[in-house]
Formats: sequence, C-alpha cells, structure tokens
Amino acid sequence: MQVQLKVNGKAHSVDVPPNTLLVQVLRESLHLTGTHVGCDTAQCGACTVMMNGRSVKSCNILAAQAAGAEVTTIEGLAAADGTMHPMQAAFKECHGLQCGFCTTGMVMSAVDLCTHHPKASEGEIRELLEGNICRCTGYQNIVKAVVMGGAGMKAA
Amino acid sequence: MGASDFVNLPNIGTSVRRKEDYRFLTGGGQYTDDINIAGQTYAVFVRSPHAHARIKSINIKAAQAAPGVVDVLVGQDVADAKIGGLPCGWLITSTDGQPMKEPPHPILALDKVRYVGDHVAMVVAETLEQAQNAAELVDVDYEVLSAVVNVTKAAKAAALHDAAPDNHCYHWALGDKAQVDAAFAGAAHVTKLDLTNNRLIPNAMEPRAAIGHYNRATDDYTLYVSNQNPHVERLLMTAFVMGLPEHKVRVIAPDVGGGFGSKIYLYAEDVCLTWASKKLNRPIKWTADRSEAFVSDAHGRDHSSHAEMAMDKDGKFLALRVHTDANMGAYLSTFAPAVPTILYATLLAGQYSTPQIYVEVDAWFTNTAPVDAYRGAGRPEATYLLERLVSRCGWEMGLGQDEIRRRNFIKDFPYQTPVALQYDVGDFHALLKRGNELAEVNSFEQRKTASAAKGLLRGIGYSCYIEACGLAPSNIAGALGARAGLFECGEVRVHPTGSVTVFTGSHSHGQGHETTFAQVVAARLGISVDAVDIVHGDTGRVPFGMGTYGSRSMSVGGTAIMKALDKIETKAKKIAAHLMEASDADVEFANGEFTIKGTDKKVTFGQVALTAYVPHNYPLDKLEPGLNETAFYDPTNFTFPAGTYICEVEIDPATGTVKVDSFTAVDDFGNIINPMIVQGQVHGGLVQGIGQALLENCVYDEETGQLLTGSFMDYTMPRADDMPNFKLDTLCTPCSHNPLGAKGCGEAGAIGSPPAVINAVLDALRPLGVVDFDMPASAARVWSAIQAAKK
Repeated sequence: MQVQLKVNGKAHSVDVPPNTLLVQVLRESLHLTGTHVGCDTAQCGACTVMMNGRSVKSCNILAAQAAGAEVTTIEGLAAADGTMHPMQAAFKECHGLQCGFCTTGMVMSAVDLCTHHPKASEGEIRELLEGNICRCTGYQNIVKAVVMGGAGMKAA
Repeated sequence: MGASDFVNLPNIGTSVRRKEDYRFLTGGGQYTDDINIAGQTYAVFVRSPHAHARIKSINIKAAQAAPGVVDVLVGQDVADAKIGGLPCGWLITSTDGQPMKEPPHPILALDKVRYVGDHVAMVVAETLEQAQNAAELVDVDYEVLSAVVNVTKAAKAAALHDAAPDNHCYHWALGDKAQVDAAFAGAAHVTKLDLTNNRLIPNAMEPRAAIGHYNRATDDYTLYVSNQNPHVERLLMTAFVMGLPEHKVRVIAPDVGGGFGSKIYLYAEDVCLTWASKKLNRPIKWTADRSEAFVSDAHGRDHSSHAEMAMDKDGKFLALRVHTDANMGAYLSTFAPAVPTILYATLLAGQYSTPQIYVEVDAWFTNTAPVDAYRGAGRPEATYLLERLVSRCGWEMGLGQDEIRRRNFIKDFPYQTPVALQYDVGDFHALLKRGNELAEVNSFEQRKTASAAKGLLRGIGYSCYIEACGLAPSNIAGALGARAGLFECGEVRVHPTGSVTVFTGSHSHGQGHETTFAQVVAARLGISVDAVDIVHGDTGRVPFGMGTYGSRSMSVGGTAIMKALDKIETKAKKIAAHLMEASDADVEFANGEFTIKGTDKKVTFGQVALTAYVPHNYPLDKLEPGLNETAFYDPTNFTFPAGTYICEVEIDPATGTVKVDSFTAVDDFGNIINPMIVQGQVHGGLVQGIGQALLENCVYDEETGQLLTGSFMDYTMPRADDMPNFKLDTLCTPCSHNPLGAKGCGEAGAIGSPPAVINAVLDALRPLGVVDFDMPASAARVWSAIQAAKK
C-alpha cells in the first residue's frame, strides 16, 4: 500500500505492505536509523517519535495509521545548521546518556513531557518517564537533563 | 610519569562534556542494525521450544521451498563443514586434579536441545519477513526429556551431557580447610547464613545483532557485531572454531548499545553468520528481537550458598567458611567457569582481616540459558554473601552494622588476603566515616520514629565492598586457567599538524572512552581535548585489544595509552633536541612545549610533529621519521576499588512495598579523570544493583524449564520512578601500580548495592521476626515474609 506522510518537514510517499510499522518505515524505507527498536512489547520507548505533536512509540503504530501525519524523529529535532535542540543540549550538559541507544527515544519523550507538563516536578518527571527504559544512566542525570531542557525550551 | 604528577595535569579531574554525545543525541550513532550492506540477506534462528529434548528429525523441505528463502542450515551442515563448537575461555581444575567437564557447545544443535532458546536451525532469506515465515515451516520432531533449572536439584536430574553424567562441571576450592575448621572449633560464636543470588537477565538496551559478510573477490570476512571485545571475538572464532587465518577476518563492533558483560562472549549466531556468508556468498544480517534476547543472551548470577563466620567474643572474625553451588546453565559460555571461582572466591575477604577463609564451589549444568559474567562478575555474588553475613554477625553479637565492620577492617597495606589477592592500597575506615556523615546516620533514629508515626517501617543497611578490576597479570591468570591474555594495547598516532588519533583495544559501549582517553592524551601532550580522536572497536584499525569488561578500560587500556605516550614523548624530545641544537637529556616537556632548562629556547609540540613528518631539518641518520607509537601493557596486579554504601528503606507493612528513601555511596576509585562520567557509572551501577535487590528476577518454570520472565512485561526493569536520587562522594587512595593511579568504576555500584538494600530491608523487618530474606524484595515477597513471621 502507498502511505503518504511528512517526516521532519519533508513529504514522503512509501510503498509498504499493510502490516508495516511506522518504525520500519522510518528505519528501512527512509533510512532514519536514529529511531531504535529495543523491545517487542512496546515497553522500552527507544522507538519514540513525535506524531502530530505527541510522542508515540513507533513500534506500536502501523504505517497506515501515520498516513497524512507529521512525524518528527530525532534527526529532525536539531536546527537546520545542526545546533542541538535545548533538550538535546541539556542531555549532553547533564550527562543524561551513556551508550546512546535509548537516548533518542528518551529525548523525544522528554520534549513531549516538557511541552505538555511544563511545570512537572522532579517526582512527576520520573513518573512521566515510565515508558522509557534506560539500562545505563540510572535515570538521575536524565531527570536533571529534562529539568534543564524544559527550562531551555521555555526560554527558546 | 607517576600518578601524583599525572593528576595535576590540565583536563585531569575535569568533567569534560562527552565528545561522543552529539552523534548519539542527533540520531547519528551507528549501531550494528543501522548498517546495511548491498545484497544483504536476513537470518532468523529456529530455537528450541523445549528445555530438554532429543531431536528425532528436522524437516526443512517446506522452509527451503518458501518464498525468498536462500537456504536453511542445521547442525549437520555445521558438522559437515567441520565448524567446531564454541570454546570456553577459562579452564577450572577440580580439587581432584581433573579438568572441569567441558561438553561440546555446538553452534546449531545436533542431537539434543538443552534449554529453551537453544539454536536448532538458521533460515536465510531475501527479507526478514520471508525468513520469519520460513522459520515457522521448519519442522522439528522432538522427544521431550525432563528438565532441571534449579542449581540445587541438578545432581539428581536427567543428564544434559554425556560428558557430565551427574550434571556436575567442577568441584573447586580455595583456602586451608584444616586451619579454618580449627578456628571454628575454638570460636566464641558462629553466625550462619543460607542465601541465593538471584538470576538476572542483562538486557542491554540494544539487542545483540550481527552481519556476516564474506567477500569472494578478496577472500576476506567482515563481521559486524554488537560486542565488547572484537579482537577476542575474532581470536576465538578464527583459532578455535573456524580454523581461519586471522588476517582474513575483520571484526567491527561499531556503536554498541550497552553490554554489561553480556556482549563479551562469542555467541553461536556470530559464527553461523560468518560461516554461512561464505557458503551462501551473501551478506547475512541478524538482529535479535527482545524476546530472543531474553532466552539467548548469557544470564548472570544464580548462586546458592551457605556461609559461616567464626568470631571471638568481641565480634572479631576468626574464620569464614563458604560453600556455593553455581549454575552454569546448559553450556559453558566464554568465561563462565571463572565467575564463581577466580572472580568470586578471591573476593571473600572483603574489607576484613579475617585470617582464615575456605571456599568450596560446585558448578552445575541445568536446562537454562548459559550463565556468564554480568556487571561485576563474581564480585557482586561475593559481596552480597559477605556483607549479608557481616550484618547478621553484627545483629547476633549485639553490635551495630557499622561497628562490626569497624572492628574487622584491614588497616595496613599492602595486605595479603588468605584468598590469593594482595590489596595494594585503601582506607576503609575513612570510607565508612564519610559514609556515615553523608548518610546522616546520626539522625536515623529520628527518621525511624517519623516513619513509625506514619505506620511505616524504616531500616538502614550497610555494605562495605571491595572489588578487583583489571584482571591480571596474564601469566598468573594463565596458571589459574585463563586461555587468553589480559593485557591491553594502545597506539598513539600523532599527525603532521599535531592532532592525534588514538587506537585503543578497549571498547566503549557507554563508558565515554572517546572523552576520557582523549583527556589523558590531551593532558600529556598539552593539546586540546578536541585535537584527539579515539578509535576503537575495529580489528582492521586497532592493532590488538582485549576489550572492555571488569572495569579495566582506564586502568589497563588507559595505561597502555600512557605507555605509548611515554614513547612518543621520548622520541619527540629527541626531535626537539635536534631542533634546539641541544642534548636529549636537557630537554623538558610541559604544557605542549619543549624547553631547555636555563635557556629561553623552546619548540612547540606542533612544530615537533610537523618536523617528524617533514624531516628536512632532522637527524635522519639516528632517528626514523614519523611520530606513531604502540604499547602493550600487562598489569602487575588487580586494582582494588572499595566503598561504603548505606541504604535507607521505608516499608509499608500493609502492602510490603519497599521504597528506597535514600542511598549513599562513598567510593575510592583512585584518581579520577572525569568526575561526571564516574558519577554516571556509579548511578547506573547502583540502579542495576538496586534493581537486583528489589525488582529483577529471572524465573524458569521448575517443571517445564520455560522462561516465565521473558519480556519487559514480566521481567521488572528499573524505571525512573523506582529510584531515588543518590548521594555520592569519592575518596582517593591512588592505585600504586599504574601511572594513572586509577582503579576502575564501572561495576562498583552493581557490586556494592544489593546487600545494602537487603540489609536495610532486614533491619526494618527484624522487629517483626523476619530474619532472612532473599532478593528481590518485591512487595509480594516482603508482604508474604511479614505474614509468615506472624505465624
């Protein structure tokens, strides 16, 4: 089936079987490999992207469901000149990443979190990050990064 | 250069932000599954659904005829091709002088399957979906046999291997039994403890993946693989399995999404893909899905132990006696036999001057995934046992958890333990003192009263761990059964314009080597961190390496780079001396400048680098051009990080819910290059250790051997809201035998934290009569323990 969608501001039309997942379109059809697959039960959140302004787990969305949608992946988050988004910059500043594998999904979740819960406390941030598993960092620096990144987003 | 000079260099001890982060944060990381090769096919492994079964027949006809299928390969194909089984990298010798039982470990099962997930066939097709569909058509006729998963029941179960009729792998011991028994006979008090160290599933966030690529034009193989030590992978695969010359095999471990030990090993999939890529003359890609990772990655821990401590009337330790049954799983994974022996029993002195220790270990085969090193590898098991036992000693002797430790701490260094290790430096009293301050132990009783007012139980738990990093030296390890070297290699390539590329045998899969190693080089050469790039993870670019495990990268890999830098500095001084028309011996090098004492002559590092490659004004008769040096470094001893961890928990007796209210970690890692990265390593280690203590547990069904915790829905991974913020501090006694003074920090958190948590749980529950508890302290298990104690 033919699916039209906009990814990182660019219109695409992909020809995929009906059982194709959004994450497969991103990784395999569009070669946007920054979105990762860390599990097969929609638990880990490594595949998180923005779809129509909300974070979604792209392993749990059919490509067909994304027809006509605007999708932002980690590759589309930084400015055109490569300057990192405030959330990306905060993750670097706070050492909120180690191996980097969960990171791209974690950053996308964090952007959504700060967009929709701009006043979240540290405890609330921890609860709102429930859908993203990180095995390396122990979360403390991720929470710190989300606080800093959220402040950066407000200032931007 | 000595460790005391080194720490004063610029950029050392500085939280330089990571050079690798930009690519990871912008989606530019390149993990194995992100790589695609023209003409690539896809592999799916058919795995055993049974824990123990005889294979009566395999019918692959329908699968072979399925759309897109390139081939279906089974164990007989492997045998026909004379591809060997997976080797074990460590030989343990039993107390009777016999080598451990080392049954064959076929890369595709031949006559039997021995755990759920065992490899039976590999289906290769043009697309992943075609391979998945065809794998469903592989028809295996099994005769199901009875299975055993519990290590304490292995002896009486059906034999997995002909080579081990009673499922026994080895019986090993360390220490002087007669002296220990004599000390027990004269003891004023003996504290006893039975405990299990729960089996864990590593779950690096990137599942294992590999691409085998044979190039017929050059007769070269390239294996891309998510792996922690590509040279070891290549050595094992070429020399011991496939009989290939190493120069024809390149192993690339690109960005790797976490390892924690589980990506050290040579796995069957890696060999299958490499071999079949030539047989089929097509590149073959395989990426584990998470369910596959759960059943097929090497698991961790799984010990069952009995421990006894003999004390005098004042609580002074006289002797320790331990027996441990260790679960090896169905086959011996690469370093499995070393974990409950060399890396475990040798750590049982802990921070204490216990004069006599005797440890016996029995290792067993069971119908479970192979067990191997997982973050800490033997040292968490030793620390859990010892620190649980020591707290119980304190409680039974009427001494505080800190007082029993204080009375038994080692004070003088170097200290020879009765279990083979010699600790070079440390200050355990200082760590405990700082831990008590930071954890505000003085006001614990007030917090306990406040918790009680809310109907909650509060407990405090201590753990004073020591661990051993940078497994070494090679010759002693070899005498103890290691079948590999334990050195590291570093190459420093100074470019003509003065920037530097370093090729290291260490491998970063989250540890931040691209930054910390660059800090070391920048500091030594007086150049900026940005002028140094680190290359790792490619046997085609790095001269050699043993990879990253056992918190060895800075102390061993960093030291290899330091040794190469020594050679660079020596040669650069000769070039500088020539340029300044002075004697080599008069040249001094600091802050990137070569000077002659007592003169104003100087040349910069950049000038020397350029001269080395444009040798017009150069002593060509005495000195080769170029500035490129390689060093191998084999340590003379382990390094010994140590720390005091203090945990406070609050337990709701109505529900059994355990909340970690505070966790304090004071560590001695020796000199620290980048405090930010060290803290990050501690955070991650603590969460893995607290995860083991509270949440994580690998459960196999006792009857069928099915893995019951086979997904993130069933196996409880720590999430952000399960954890507190940690209180951290470090003290420093620099390692005495490497020029960095560094000890290692990657595993300490996971080693030290589980007993602190469980001691805190027990401290809270002891008033209710709960005196024993095995991990994990989930709400259901804690509630059940409280109810059982009421009866």
